[in-house]
Amino acid sequence: MTDVPEGKPDPLLRIADLAIDYRTGRRRWTPAVRGAGLQVDPGEFVSLVGESGSGKTTLVQGALGLLPPVARIRAGSIAYSGVDVTDWNDQRMARVRGNYVGFIPQDPNTSLNPVKKIGQQVIEAVRFNAPEARTAAQHREAALESLRTAGLGDAERVFHQYAHELSGGMKQRALIAIALAGEPKIIVADEPTSALDVTVQKVILDHLVRLRVELGIGILLITHDLGVALDRSDRILVMQDGRIVEEGPVRQVLENTTHDYTRRLLDAAPARQAGRLEPASGPRTVPTGSPPVLRARALTKSYHLRGGRGRQRQLRALDGADLVVRRGTTHAIVGESGAGKSTLASILVQFTAADSGTVHIGDRKLTGLGRGQLRESRRDLQFVFQNPFTSLDPRFTVGKLVAEPLRAFKLATGKQERAARVVELLRAVALDESHLHRLPSELSGGQRQRVAIARALALNPGILVLDEAVSALDVSVQAQILQLLVDLQAEFGLSYVFVTHDLGVVRLIADDVTVMRGGVVVETGPVEEVLRSPRHEYTRELLEAVPGAGFTGSGASEGERVGTLIARQA
Amino acid sequence: MLRYLALKVGRALFVVWAAFTLTFVLLFVLPANPVDLLFDPAELNTVTSEVREQAAESYGFNKPVLLQYLGRLGHALTGDFGNSVQSGRSVTATILDVLPSTFVLASGALLLALLIAFAIALIATSTRRAWVRNLVEALPSGAVSVPVFLSGILMLQVFSFQLGWFPAFGDRGAKSLVLPVITLAIPVSGPIAQLLVRSFATEFRSGYVTTSWAKGATRGVIVVRDVFRNASLPALTIAGITFGNLIAGSVITETVFARQGIGRMTQAAINTLDVPLVQGVVVLAAASFAVINLIVDLIYPLLDPRLRATLTVGSPRAA
Repeated sequence: MTDVPEGKPDPLLRIADLAIDYRTGRRRWTPAVRGAGLQVDPGEFVSLVGESGSGKTTLVQGALGLLPPVARIRAGSIAYSGVDVTDWNDQRMARVRGNYVGFIPQDPNTSLNPVKKIGQQVIEAVRFNAPEARTAAQHREAALESLRTAGLGDAERVFHQYAHELSGGMKQRALIAIALAGEPKIIVADEPTSALDVTVQKVILDHLVRLRVELGIGILLITHDLGVALDRSDRILVMQDGRIVEEGPVRQVLENTTHDYTRRLLDAAPARQAGRLEPASGPRTVPTGSPPVLRARALTKSYHLRGGRGRQRQLRALDGADLVVRRGTTHAIVGESGAGKSTLASILVQFTAADSGTVHIGDRKLTGLGRGQLRESRRDLQFVFQNPFTSLDPRFTVGKLVAEPLRAFKLATGKQERAARVVELLRAVALDESHLHRLPSELSGGQRQRVAIARALALNPGILVLDEAVSALDVSVQAQILQLLVDLQAEFGLSYVFVTHDLGVVRLIADDVTVMRGGVVVETGPVEEVLRSPRHEYTRELLEAVPGAGFTGSGASEGERVGTLIARQA
Repeated sequence: MLRYLALKVGRALFVVWAAFTLTFVLLFVLPANPVDLLFDPAELNTVTSEVREQAAESYGFNKPVLLQYLGRLGHALTGDFGNSVQSGRSVTATILDVLPSTFVLASGALLLALLIAFAIALIATSTRRAWVRNLVEALPSGAVSVPVFLSGILMLQVFSFQLGWFPAFGDRGAKSLVLPVITLAIPVSGPIAQLLVRSFATEFRSGYVTTSWAKGATRGVIVVRDVFRNASLPALTIAGITFGNLIAGSVITETVFARQGIGRMTQAAINTLDVPLVQGVVVLAAASFAVINLIVDLIYPLLDPRLRATLTVGSPRAA
């Protein structure tokens, strides 16, 4: 790149007043990015924070020239080191991509070609961007070097492996290697760790920070997680509705939040909450010594894997797990993927049968019940699924969805009666009659999860099992749903089993917590105790990996928070 | 891996056996008197009872059904399906006579169909112009909707009778093969092309393609080096359907172009109620079907490392 003037060099990437529209009909365009601007200087770590639909991914696609065909750049400019590339065609942009700007995609599980070896994929990235023709051996050496730089110590082995043979973290490292292979000056990472476990996320992000220092490259990180952004960035940009609403160094954004939206985001971030949420109706009386409402003892579940040569291989998904849920409280189950927490949850409601062990609701033994009896028990035990986008029948209206359990159990048989009950349920989850006739596709993610909760509440259950019920939602929506759950608990005296991977959420909602790893319960106890003084090494590891943890104190004031921040930077 | 192999070969053998048994039941057991089927319906009344008995004797119809079945199965295992009623020649020899001609026609048509289908998919994916893509994507449904006899006759009209480029019928020389191969390839290419266009489009939107763009790859490189192999995998699975199309198409093609082959022979065998010959053809079709699917099943792991992995180590993500 040429045209570097004397004095202050041009920023690596400068986006000015960029406006991008999506075609939504014949001659109809809907703006996704409305005059956003940003810049990244050499050696700088910049984070772009926004919720889904804020236009952050569109902005990045625009910067890389990877907009889908239905999108167009209406106004503004994109310049790399002062060279305006706004109107460049694919052929010319291909020389910029990889060579000048490296890209780390969101989901490592789908971003590697499944039928090509990792080494081959890295070599391609080297070859496309090598300034002069080199030999195959040199390409290979450069690819191996790139894999090592990305933190894959065993580069030789990974080189000959396929994507499905690697863990999520290793795949993401391979993708980092691909991004680095062209020796770019700036790396753009679009939610690079959203699909990974927290402990892996920490390692990957730490590595990116190290690369910035070692290679002097600029990094633009796109994330929905304010905690991630706060932990590592030099500067933060907050994006809402296609505009940059807040921009500045981390400390400045924390100290003088100028925009209301940033304020809300900061408040909503679970890691920044001091303690458990209080119901809106007033401080709740913490039930002490309340009787257990749900007990699981020594649950074990193995899955048989089809092994080669008649060898039976087993996967111990659950290995002697115990769980006690007290009436009117929330018991959180935390763990990373593969910890067995979802298996445990589905055994609790008997979607899955355990190999051994028992589950009791009150005095009733649930394990080993027949179909009919189990069906009766389900009245008292309802389940809320992870993804509100797939757990609602897309062709049912909201009214029909919520009424379904009532019909199934022949409750509220009169038409009027049923309609009244549905409206009552919708009110309970802060929706109203106006939503009755809508389809799930006409609702936002938060509204859908409210409908799912209303449906679960239809039978007046005593216990709700929520499997990652807020994980698919944006932080601000997540905060609303959590508040709703706390309110409902206070109102109806519900007991929750709350499965989550996010320790920050645990702090907000749970009374007790069980930490799981590899199908085994490693630690269990009251939230305060476990989070404050974890006994097990793994719990400590998890706590440390929570993004934004450094900015939290138990009930710390703004001044103290910044104090910890400064202390961390010193 | 060995288990996988045994499983697939076992399944193929089962299909062939099932086809044999089913045709045996349909052709020899269910008809009120199978002996009737051995004679031309027009002459049936003139046949004397001695002749009938003789025929029944020689075909074993007077034995218990189970013994007949076992006897036929035993012979079939050695490749003996009895003699054709019409010609009196052995069924195996009759089929082997015309098999090469059909084999050349079918494999030529399949090859051409694949070329057409891949060309359509590649053009639809690589082009940046929407109208080209729309045009090309409309071709497969067009190809399926034109009946073989119509396209065959049309082609005869234009290329043999008007232009005189190719012979109108017969099966001598490579030149006589051109029109039948094209005629048969067109309907066969339709479903393959439709599937390929869709899977190319899906793969072109997938995550690893974005990675390739970001690497600095150009459109052509991405389509050829990344999308092609991943998108071609599903096409293999419809080999079975394709095979059915080939058989059905070859009957008509061979009739229209007056070529000798399995298709025409089957048609003649059915017209004349040549039961042993029909059974031979059915078993042949089942066997070819089974072999083709067996080959597909065996090629799949070679092309897809994920499947290979589940076969050798049995990873937890076994599909």
